[in-house]
Amino acid sequence: MFESQSQLLLAIFCMGLATYSTRLAGYWLMRGRSIKGHSKAALDAMPPAILMAVIAPTVFLQGPAEMIAGGVTLASALLRLPLLVTIVVGVTTVAVLRTFM
Amino acid sequence: MNSRAEFKQGLMDIAPMLLAYLPIAALWGTIAAAHGFSPMQALLMSAFVYSGAAQFVALDLGTTGITLDMLVLAVFTMSLRHVLMSASVSRHMQAFHKGKASILLFWLTDEAWALLERRALQRPITPAYFLGAAAPLWMCWSLFSAVGAWLGKTMGDTSALGLDFAFAAMFIAVLAGFWKGAKTAAVLIVSALVAVLVKIYVPGAWYILSGGVGGMLVAAALYRGDGDV
Repeated sequence: MFESQSQLLLAIFCMGLATYSTRLAGYWLMRGRSIKGHSKAALDAMPPAILMAVIAPTVFLQGPAEMIAGGVTLASALLRLPLLVTIVVGVTTVAVLRTFM
Repeated sequence: MNSRAEFKQGLMDIAPMLLAYLPIAALWGTIAAAHGFSPMQALLMSAFVYSGAAQFVALDLGTTGITLDMLVLAVFTMSLRHVLMSASVSRHMQAFHKGKASILLFWLTDEAWALLERRALQRPITPAYFLGAAAPLWMCWSLFSAVGAWLGKTMGDTSALGLDFAFAAMFIAVLAGFWKGAKTAAVLIVSALVAVLVKIYVPGAWYILSGGVGGMLVAAALYRGDGDV
């Protein structure tokens, strides 16, 4: 696929269109719509549901280091530590645990 | 807050991710170089496609003699989660001019989306904040892809530094702000369960979409009339 320069550029262009279209699609599908009732409840739950789905395999499937670090990170977040501090706590915890486990 | 302050705040919020992504961008660049990419070609691909997971897969597939349409389809399905994220963040972009919104959405990533949702819990998001939270990651990603391709060798195993966990840590921090009691718990449990099961049994990136939709369905099922939290 990537043998010649023109093939590669065409592939990059088409892949770029594919990723950009997904980034635009949600916005344009939702634009100007008023949503109520059950649909609104589903949409309100979208951020936490997606956030959880993204991290669940990292936290629950990789091993004890990630699981414990996930818990420590959550605790820092619930203590309302600043975002940067929470991230540093999470990264440091996982680094330490990976070294000793 | 004026635009300048909004932009600055976005930049501050994304800053830890810039550091965390340097080795990943450079790693992608070195693999691209091993597949015959020049630094300029690596830069172009990162700048246009701008999706870490999809780009790693594309390099793998690109050498298997795959056709262009199958390659594009693979990248598209890996990016479907951005349809959900774009729909979700669109609710806070009602005041944006549609042209401006469409340009800004080019820089929508998992990371920028999480920051935008977090910001929207506190105050309305503005184009300046969006730009500050989203564009710097794009520059870092593109630039360090090229640097990786130019160096042509990896930085070694950086997993001991735990930087790969920065992404999960940020998402956990943002997630904590969405807690609203028992119904949130039900949404999160189902979302996590579905995501983990799909991750185990279905190859590809379907777990995000499935888990997200699973959680949303629970919220819809638990809905009991307006005014209800």
